[in-house]
Amino acid sequence: MNINMTLIGQTIAFAIFVWFCIKYVWPPISSALHERQKKIADGLDAASRASRDLELAQEQAAETLRETKQQASEILEQANKRSAQMIEEAREQARAEGERLVASARAEIDQEINRAKDELRSQVATLAMVGAERVLEASIDEKAHREMLDKLAAEL
Amino acid sequence: MAADNEISAIYYIQHHLQNLTFGKHPDNGWSWASTSQEATDMGFWAIHVDTMGWSIAMGALFIALFRKAGKAATTGVPGMLQNAVEMVFEFIENLTRSTFHGKNPAIAPLALTLFMWILLMNSLKLIPVDYIPEMFGRLGVGYMKIVPTTDVNATLGIALGVFLLIIYYSCKVKGVGGFAKELSLTPFNHWLLIPFNLVLEVVGLLVKPISLGLRLFGNMFAGEVIFILIALLPFWAIWVLDVPWAIFHILVVSLQAFIFTTLSIVYLSAAHEHH
Repeated sequence: MNINMTLIGQTIAFAIFVWFCIKYVWPPISSALHERQKKIADGLDAASRASRDLELAQEQAAETLRETKQQASEILEQANKRSAQMIEEAREQARAEGERLVASARAEIDQEINRAKDELRSQVATLAMVGAERVLEASIDEKAHREMLDKLAAEL
Repeated sequence: MAADNEISAIYYIQHHLQNLTFGKHPDNGWSWASTSQEATDMGFWAIHVDTMGWSIAMGALFIALFRKAGKAATTGVPGMLQNAVEMVFEFIENLTRSTFHGKNPAIAPLALTLFMWILLMNSLKLIPVDYIPEMFGRLGVGYMKIVPTTDVNATLGIALGVFLLIIYYSCKVKGVGGFAKELSLTPFNHWLLIPFNLVLEVVGLLVKPISLGLRLFGNMFAGEVIFILIALLPFWAIWVLDVPWAIFHILVVSLQAFIFTTLSIVYLSAAHEHH
């Protein structure tokens, strides 16, 4: 085991290798690794942000849907109400119209009856007269009997 | 015959544990050492060419692989090489974050260099012990010890680098005065006990790099010796011991790299802290 200049030579070689490593080997590997680390971290960050955005959007969509549904149901309800009202109105109108019709018909009928009664009244006397003439086969005091018959007819 | 075998076995082991040395021999001047004795005679002024070559090759391989992955690194889906590199990168980053408590952007790359470099150097051990020495032998190179971390110079050299960084950051963070105060006034805060404190703290400081270097060297060297001893068995029996030992060494190789790295971070973290 001879200790000789190799010792010094090795120390110098060591110093050169360490210097070279510090200067040219370590930095590029280190920077590449750290850059990749950062890139991965950024990617994960972006992914989590995107998923958060998605959640938000879904929430918003659900909210909008809910609102729309509510609106639709409101509109439907209003329409229902309106239609019910319209039906009610129509029914009311129809009823009024019907009543009016019935009333006018009734008035007409009354009128008809009165007219028929008048006619009847005017004919009853003549008829009774003719009938009595036939029964009695004799002329009677038309004037006196007529008065009496008219009175009778008026009582009808 | 038995004695001959013994001699050749000893020669085989010694040959495998001898580095390819170039240095200043007292008689021959600057030359390649052709025997172990010549290498020893050269003393300090010699260099283990194989250790330097293989360690630099492994360091360059680490730099090239990671630089390539770093250049091609995109923020998109990573490829195979990039995945592997990023796995090591994140492992080291987490280790640094949990172990180092100061704020210093140089510590993590330092730890990455230590871990990957030592791991690659240790891994050379899993190449069968004869392949590469034999190849170089055919080319006329007498010695070739390919695992740099089985050379105490290499492990202590790296530990020395860590030690210098400990001293540097201690002085930078606490100031030279603060560092001197820490060495002289802990653990006993009294002027009479300054010499005692100094001895204690300086020993504690020096033990750090020495234990770092020797632990790695010891583990790798012992493992290498066992591999060489196993290689002395008849060729048809080698795998019986070699395979379990190699599998065990996959663990040792990465564990020692990890321990060296972690302890370096711990020491440097301590250098950044005020007491």
